[in-house]
Amino acid sequence: MQSGVDTSAPVYSKNGAAVREQTVSSGLNQSKGSSMPKKNPVSIQSINPKVLNAEYAVRGEIVIRAQALAEELKSNPGSHPFDEIIYCNIGNPQSLGQKPITFFREVVALCDHPSLLDKPETHALFSSDAISRASRIINKIPGQTTGAYSHSQGVTVCRDDIAAGIAARDGYPANPEDIFVTDGASPGVHMMMQLLLSSEKDGILCPIPQYPLYSASIALHGGTLVPYYLNENSGWGLELNELKKRLQEAHDAGTTVRALVVINPGNPTGQVLSEENQQDIVNFCKDEGLVLLADEVYQENIYAEGKTFNSFKKVARSMGLEDKDIVIVSFQSVSKGYYGECGRRGGYMEVTGLPKDVKDQLYKLASVNLCSNVSGQILVSLVMNPPKPGDSSYEQFARERDSILSSLARRAKVLTEAMNKLEGVSCNAAEGAMYVFPRLYLPKKAQIAAGEAGMKADVFYTRRLLDSTGIVMVPGSGFGQVPGTWHVRCTILPSEENFGAIIDRLTTFHKKFMDEFRD
Amino acid sequence: MASGKVMDPENLNENVKKTVYAVRGELYLRASELQKEGKKIIFTNVGNPHALGQKPLTFPRQVMALCQAPFLMDDPHVGLLFPADAIAKAKHYLSMTSGGVGAYSDSRGLPGVRQEVANFILQRDGYPSDPENIFLTDGASKGVAQVLNALIRDEKDGVLVPIPQYPLYSATIQLLGGTLVPYYLTEEENWGMSINELRRSVTEARRKGICVRGLVFINPGNPTGQCLTEKNLGELIEFCIQERIVLMADEVYQQNVYQDERPFISARKVLMGMGPPASEALELVSFHTVSKGFLGECGQRGGYFEMTNFHPKTVDELYKVSSIALSPNVSGQIMMGLMVNPPKPGDISYPQYEAESKAISLSLRKRAHIMTDGFNACENVVCNFTEGAMYSFPQVKLPQAAVAAAKKAGKAPDVFYCLRLLEATGISTVPGSGFGQKEGTFHVRTTILPSEKDMPGIMESFKKFNQDFMAQYADAKSKL
Repeated sequence: MQSGVDTSAPVYSKNGAAVREQTVSSGLNQSKGSSMPKKNPVSIQSINPKVLNAEYAVRGEIVIRAQALAEELKSNPGSHPFDEIIYCNIGNPQSLGQKPITFFREVVALCDHPSLLDKPETHALFSSDAISRASRIINKIPGQTTGAYSHSQGVTVCRDDIAAGIAARDGYPANPEDIFVTDGASPGVHMMMQLLLSSEKDGILCPIPQYPLYSASIALHGGTLVPYYLNENSGWGLELNELKKRLQEAHDAGTTVRALVVINPGNPTGQVLSEENQQDIVNFCKDEGLVLLADEVYQENIYAEGKTFNSFKKVARSMGLEDKDIVIVSFQSVSKGYYGECGRRGGYMEVTGLPKDVKDQLYKLASVNLCSNVSGQILVSLVMNPPKPGDSSYEQFARERDSILSSLARRAKVLTEAMNKLEGVSCNAAEGAMYVFPRLYLPKKAQIAAGEAGMKADVFYTRRLLDSTGIVMVPGSGFGQVPGTWHVRCTILPSEENFGAIIDRLTTFHKKFMDEFRD
Repeated sequence: MASGKVMDPENLNENVKKTVYAVRGELYLRASELQKEGKKIIFTNVGNPHALGQKPLTFPRQVMALCQAPFLMDDPHVGLLFPADAIAKAKHYLSMTSGGVGAYSDSRGLPGVRQEVANFILQRDGYPSDPENIFLTDGASKGVAQVLNALIRDEKDGVLVPIPQYPLYSATIQLLGGTLVPYYLTEEENWGMSINELRRSVTEARRKGICVRGLVFINPGNPTGQCLTEKNLGELIEFCIQERIVLMADEVYQQNVYQDERPFISARKVLMGMGPPASEALELVSFHTVSKGFLGECGQRGGYFEMTNFHPKTVDELYKVSSIALSPNVSGQIMMGLMVNPPKPGDISYPQYEAESKAISLSLRKRAHIMTDGFNACENVVCNFTEGAMYSFPQVKLPQAAVAAAKKAGKAPDVFYCLRLLEATGISTVPGSGFGQKEGTFHVRTTILPSEKDMPGIMESFKKFNQDFMAQYADAKSKL
């Protein structure tokens, strides 16, 4: 057994450059009894730098602290000026009391335990259309079970139903072969980034503020995020001039921009794009040869009067554009809308305009993970194809849906108004999605205090908010914002019963904060 | 040349283009085409028990259904359809969640389930396990990808992978832009692992400037099925400690063992048994899943990885990456809980659970024998016994004329053989080249999953095809 000089794990110097070290491999046998120089193969200095660079504030620092405080409250009640942590950091409706849609849960329960379908007693517990829907789905799944790996793009019957739902929604046909069902929408985003990004020379245009899945995914795949700023003064509008300007800058810097991410309705900003705006964006992508990555997961969360959802594919088709003209990827999820089924991990991407050999590569990527969870696949097909008037479950379904949506609309309004009443806070209306994203005009004193604490000003604010009230919000810096501005993102999801109390607590805290730091 | 397309194949991520995953590759795609044309296909390409008629166990599915539709438990009729212990178990898991299966959980998985996994590990191995080091994932594959992603920085980083291997490893390493460092298992010694071969491989890799950071081993093996001894594992551990390599233990088939001489023993158990300093020196990550064993719940996507002796900041980084995907699917997590915390003697559902699981395990053992014997009865085919896992991996000694015909058709010889097998019999397999094999040898991987009823027919079909094939391409000289 040879000893001697070995190449071993490099250490990264402070500026990120690798410094290769050579060490002598010391065997366990050679130095028994003496302590071995412990050099973890996976020590923090030698982890993939792309992993180190990726950040995801939605479950970042502030949330980790919140969890620690929750533990402290459990073991030592009364140790903090609040009884419980209120998570307003993440769009996770059912964790805050929102109930799932009965019909959907009936169908997936029956699909999970199909022997129920043969039992007469089942009719006493389940609605008849849920039973027939589940029967239809299960019979079309090879093996008649949710326990088998499915086709890597998703079970055929689910994709058929999704395509039918898209066509009904848009008035233009959808092809099941263009659909990739995934464990939530996020894996689809990762797959596209993997496909598009070969090196840091490849760039993706992303809105600022953005949902930080995009920045994290780009970092993980070694690409470059090319920011374009939404205009807070015009209701977070997306302006063509801004897009063109940023694209040009990127080109000048030697970046090949491959795609444009648009989140509609927006996250964290909530704006719903007008059809004209969408047409401009479609033309921009077509002219500049960019893939349009359309995050449309909030398509059923629209609260503003007169605003409707139009899918980008619908807009493109209505402009006479076909597959040969533009590549559009539309992401949808079961986590949002009125169904809020985050924990199920159901979603899809509809990929149109890809040449077959590129689509084959996408298929190949999907196949390495074999398939997404089958129960989630069924759920997304139900979401895209819910009960219709005349179905026996329709009335209960419509009641549940409308109750949730109207409650969300109310809460969006109430929270926006409450934010606007706070000193030094201005908040655009949440036209859609699940968040308010108020701007904080933080006094100089606060900014200095933040600096002294080694934090950005909005992080400082959310940290103080957490420590005083137990309310968890995400600092705007987690989403990106115009430099020198500060924001926080708060969900509209706490239940209506608790809403008033939360707003009171926030208002009291904010007043105290401003009293302390007012210029 | 340019298609004018934004996403022209010319300008895609090269790593994606180079990646191959044979399990759902050429043979599978051809089989799907033939199926669409109306041909009866027997899919033996992937370890997917439920697709071939294996039934899910009743108790877990009862619990899952109740978790999906908790309002059922408010209905007075619920006892007609669900036993009391399933109802209690559903309540138990729902109480671990904050909002039921529809809410994102902790990104590492529900703490309650992770505790149950830790309890399972303690009971299995006799050494305590910390739930903080256990991350649940959407299937074990996601966990493998996460760990490799942290480990591989660039093409100079290498990961040792057994040949033959489950091609998740080769595919993922390629996608991440790393280097696969092969070490060959020895077919003549029942697919045994040799430390000398490991040393040879590492030395050669380092000579080429590769920094070898990880070692994957699959126990029981896939596609090979071999079960490692405690001695084997001890040697492997010492080797990794000496060479400063992270040991990645794919143990997803731990409940698929078909002989009694070498029962499953976890890498962690052996490591802990060695005591300090070794037990604190090796960085080990162990993978498990609900997809295999006797549950076979592939479609749920439930898995976990357990880290031993990882630097706490590295654990934090992995937590961060998990959080970007928000959380693994909660139903799959509950299935994992049900797997590691099954009904116990005295529970209402215990007898049925025992009976169902034993029946499946016994049947798998039987089919392992039927298949091995069936292949060994074929001309020019030699097959090691399937000691564990779910596959048979016979070696087919292809005559020169067949190799030449394959070349002429532009296919690798085993791909050629498997395509012909598919066209003739509808049996869809995966050629050995999809897993890697010693140069000049050819193998086929099938699963042992077709039902006991169908298996004799399938083996007959194969035997006849093989006979005809060998006759068609017989050498002028005597057999190899």
